[in-house]
Amino acid sequence: MRAGTPRVRVAALAALAALTLATTSACADDETPTAGSTSGSPSATAIRSGLKIAFLPKQVNNPYFDTSDNKGGKVAVEEFGGSYTQTGPSEASPSAQVSYINTLSQQGTDVIVVSANDKDAICGALNEARTGGAKVVTYDSDTNPTCRDLFINQATAEGIAKSQIKLISDAIGPDGGEIAILSATANATNQNAWIEMMKTELAKPENAKLKLVDTVYGDDDDQKSFAEAQGLLAKHPNLIISPTTVGVAAAARYLSGSDFKGKVQLTGLGTPNQMRAYIKDGTVKSFALWNPADLGYLAAYAGAALASGVISGNEGDTFTAGKLGQFTVGPDATVLLGDPFTFDETNIDDFDF
Amino acid sequence: MAEWKARLRSALTSWDAVVLLAFILVAVIGALTIDGVASPRFWRFVTLEAIPIVLIALPLTLVVITGEIDLSVASMLGLTCVVLGQLWIWGVSSLPLLIGICLLLGGALGAVNGLFVTRFGLPSLAVTIGTLALYRGLAYVVLGDRAVADYPQSWTTGAIRPIPGTTIPWMILVVAGLAVAFGVVLYATPIGRGLYAMGNSAEAARFSGISVARTKFWLFVATGAMSALAGVFWTLRFASARADNGTGLELAIVAAVLLGGVSIFGGRGGLVGVIAAVALLVTLRNALQLAYVPANTLTIVTGSLLILSVVGPNVAGMLRERLRRRRARVGIADPTPTAAT
Repeated sequence: MRAGTPRVRVAALAALAALTLATTSACADDETPTAGSTSGSPSATAIRSGLKIAFLPKQVNNPYFDTSDNKGGKVAVEEFGGSYTQTGPSEASPSAQVSYINTLSQQGTDVIVVSANDKDAICGALNEARTGGAKVVTYDSDTNPTCRDLFINQATAEGIAKSQIKLISDAIGPDGGEIAILSATANATNQNAWIEMMKTELAKPENAKLKLVDTVYGDDDDQKSFAEAQGLLAKHPNLIISPTTVGVAAAARYLSGSDFKGKVQLTGLGTPNQMRAYIKDGTVKSFALWNPADLGYLAAYAGAALASGVISGNEGDTFTAGKLGQFTVGPDATVLLGDPFTFDETNIDDFDF
Repeated sequence: MAEWKARLRSALTSWDAVVLLAFILVAVIGALTIDGVASPRFWRFVTLEAIPIVLIALPLTLVVITGEIDLSVASMLGLTCVVLGQLWIWGVSSLPLLIGICLLLGGALGAVNGLFVTRFGLPSLAVTIGTLALYRGLAYVVLGDRAVADYPQSWTTGAIRPIPGTTIPWMILVVAGLAVAFGVVLYATPIGRGLYAMGNSAEAARFSGISVARTKFWLFVATGAMSALAGVFWTLRFASARADNGTGLELAIVAAVLLGGVSIFGGRGGLVGVIAAVALLVTLRNALQLAYVPANTLTIVTGSLLILSVVGPNVAGMLRERLRRRRARVGIADPTPTAAT
């Protein structure tokens, strides 16, 4: 838990240094109107200091959001000299979130960074807050595009598929092998989109030695996923990809207690707390997910850039998000965080969610 | 007339007054110390939040006074929401018609509760815990994890439109009208007196010629219909019909009814205290939220208030009882031995 702090601090220092460098270079060639002229700290990104930035997750006391907000958003807000708060309901309900949005708009919050419990139900309140002058950035879970200024998208289907194939290919080495996919439910939209993209990826010549032989469904149920993993290995393959957090943890639990441990390679989308033991005992070399801390960090910078007038949320607008570098606003006012983040034994202890 | 006056006086000198005073205190202290509580916007948000709770608390107060309970209210609200959404998808585009259908549906759901309680003599706690799950389950059958959100804007903004010249939503007038209607029934009709009698002793009430079963049945029907009305408001206010609409709301409503001084065992309490309790709970929560108090602390505050609401009237009653006994012991000479109680 504390293990993440020094690293984050180093990252923050590095980002500050980068920011300072950027400041000097940009000021030389650009007559940026500094909105923060009264604050006396000019900056190339022209992010105003003193912005009130509030994170409103689906619910509080959730380790995922504590990572994205307190380890990501907060770091960013401190970098550009704003004031940070995390607030929200203790149960993930849209009506409770509406009450908090109303409160934030009364408190004169400059930026509301929100993960929506319902894409429609919180719309009215968000638009009322925007009328009152707040900028709204969604992350993790989007609202209707009409009620927010920007959506920070954690990953695309293509990015996820690419990273999964790369991880399994790295794990097995140049000889390749047979792959099976352990998915969630047969009609899960996101899972099927990722599997389709993986097939496209596997068709490429550089992946010729990887062969997809089976796709099974564990229904995101721990017991069923466990049994499906068992069944798969009794049949044939020597590689498993499970792009679902329930499936990958169940498969890892089966592998770690079987003769296949170390012989069969497993990867997927998982969370560090679920997978830590299997990384440590060598069952799994690496797995992927987006880094929630980066997601919160980017969301804070995007919101600040909006509130400072650096960007207006139009396609093609660019802004700098501290240590993460430069980002461009894509279609439908979305910003893509980037490729999924790879967790392995070198970094897994930095995360707690 | 004199009896009516005495009734009014006793209503105002009891727990009702305590809760009302607590609400006024919270409002005044909040306005003086927390930035934003004094603003009209704050009261608009408080009113919007309180409307569905009051709508359901009105009939539920009467139900609890008779010694029964209805825990399925939030599930009836949720089921009404999704049926409204589904009918809208199917092309029913007249709002009065939709409201009418929803009220009938709510009445029917309440009638099921009432039938089990009055016809089969089952405890309402058990029956409505059952229908709490049943109605919520049916809501998921209707819409699953989908949401219906594409209502005409005139409906969604119409539901929360302020009274001209103020920030207070006009729905408060509907709520006030209904509150007066329920108040008249409870305080000024033989039915109202009958409800208290039932709560104190169903046997005695039965012998006095009140139809206990029929009255309770219609109270459950009324609770269903009012939950449905709250469901319509909920759907339009949030512009979203989902199967999980209002999940857990029954706890907030029951909390308000108990904090309002209604005895969970029946026979005691009134509407003034309950409405004041809703105002107190919603205002306190919003004011503390505005003062940056985290959600975990808010839950603790609400929980403590609820404990206080159960303990408070009992302690007050105990003190009053002891006082009465002491007076009785001191002397028969006391000219007005029991008038104050």
